[in-house]
Amino acid sequence: MKKVVCILCPRGCEMTVTGEEDNIKVSGNKCDKGIDFAKTEAFSPERTLTSTVHISGGIHTMLPVKTSKAIPKDLMAEAVKLIGKAEVSSPVKTGDVIIANILGTGADIIATRDM
Amino acid sequence: MEFKYDVVVIGGGPAGLAAAYSAWEQKDTKVLIIERLEELGGILNQCIHNGFGLHYFREELTGPEYAQRFIDRLKETDVDIMLNTMVTDISSERVITAINPVNGCFEIKAKSIVLAMGCRERPRGAISTPGTRPAGIYTAGAAQRYANMDGYLVGRKIVVFGSGDIGLIMARRMTLEGAEVIAVLERGGVPSGLTRNIVQCLDDFGIPLMLNTTVVDISGRSRVESITIAKTDSRKNPIPGTEQKIDCDTLLLSVGLIPENDIPEATGVRMDPRTNGAVVYENDETTTEGIFACGNILQVHDLVDYVTSEAIRAGKGAAQYAKNGEPGSEGLLDVEVDTNMITYAVPQMIRPANVEKNVDISFRVRDRYEDSRIVVKDEEGNYVARYGVKAYIIPAEMQRITLPGKMLEKAKGSKIIIGIEKGE
Repeated sequence: MKKVVCILCPRGCEMTVTGEEDNIKVSGNKCDKGIDFAKTEAFSPERTLTSTVHISGGIHTMLPVKTSKAIPKDLMAEAVKLIGKAEVSSPVKTGDVIIANILGTGADIIATRDM
Repeated sequence: MEFKYDVVVIGGGPAGLAAAYSAWEQKDTKVLIIERLEELGGILNQCIHNGFGLHYFREELTGPEYAQRFIDRLKETDVDIMLNTMVTDISSERVITAINPVNGCFEIKAKSIVLAMGCRERPRGAISTPGTRPAGIYTAGAAQRYANMDGYLVGRKIVVFGSGDIGLIMARRMTLEGAEVIAVLERGGVPSGLTRNIVQCLDDFGIPLMLNTTVVDISGRSRVESITIAKTDSRKNPIPGTEQKIDCDTLLLSVGLIPENDIPEATGVRMDPRTNGAVVYENDETTTEGIFACGNILQVHDLVDYVTSEAIRAGKGAAQYAKNGEPGSEGLLDVEVDTNMITYAVPQMIRPANVEKNVDISFRVRDRYEDSRIVVKDEEGNYVARYGVKAYIIPAEMQRITLPGKMLEKAKGSKIIIGIEKGE
């Protein structure tokens, strides 16, 4: 049995996930969206990661970036270390790929502004 | 050189960007944005996390992406932009005094003005925390700017005081960057940030949230060395004998925001002590003719999407004022609230003749209400509008209702009152 708090909306339902594999039961959810979230959250939680990379020749010293899709939660710390080593130079456009397929997740690290 | 515009927008953050674009859309309107920093985007530029735009763009964006969308839109217009320009005065005749490195001190004549200067964070001085005055005490937003734009981490062993969303988001960011966040402290019994941020910023990283806890001392000579915390009673005062010392080098404050209203107040714009923002009519016009306000200078928002829609209304109103002058105020309605349940409502007044189709009203509730509905009554107690039952209404979330102009016509008396009723 696992306890999960939903982060899809500000309501924050406290849900209970029981069972394994193909017999998963979710309770405490007040809408259907909560069911899928609870299943993923209980067995393979994912998060979109946002961070910054060093940029030269830009208006600021840091360029904001994010993962192009959610990555497994337990890879976040390792991903941040890789992102911290990256360096780019201006100009960069929103959506430019800074690191492709980070840690084999299929997600790219992309720029989130022009600089 | 003489500067003359139809609409001058002061502030180039999310409110200013949307207001300027909306004013420009009203055909043949000459618009100027004045921004004191070196670029547009405002606070969004340092809010690198995601969660923006779910309402307005129907997708999840980061702060810089949200700003970029509006900056790109403005590139397709002839809206003028003055960067590095600080406004020092606004007269009630709408002459703006400003300073910048190109023009020195100069004046700009505007037919109408949109105030979009946002808000500031409450600093240490505003919460009267005793102790020494070492380095290492920052507002969460200042630490966010240093980390996300300048590349500095402000400390290694951090305590966050206040459970506002910026504090929670910074607790996560600092942890991911290698700092140790010892705890987030909240003086009251409920966190002021959203549950989703408690989960993904604190629980994900095992950062404890200590409710009913306050800071009673800060010590350290040149740098913070420790803080002393204590449990609080039901009135949020520290309980003697519960003190506990925590070694740390940094204290981040996330204890609320204050609209930046010094200039409009000096101009004589009427303020609402409940919002610390201006009193406005249905189109975000203040009680000083031709001066409009929107975004966090009007009321502190939790969602940028709502800042955008408020600013669109202000920009449109300002452009219409520049063309047609002041709208008539026949049948003026005061917007009041059931003060037991609701703290304030914006706009504070409605000129029914100036309502095209609907008017959006935003407000905050005092407490958590479940299975309840929002109702609007007139002075005689008749329902003007009743909204659907909501499973929950909470103080951390600003509420918004759309009131059709047709329903306003039914209202008897000179005011409408917003309340909450138990749904069935």
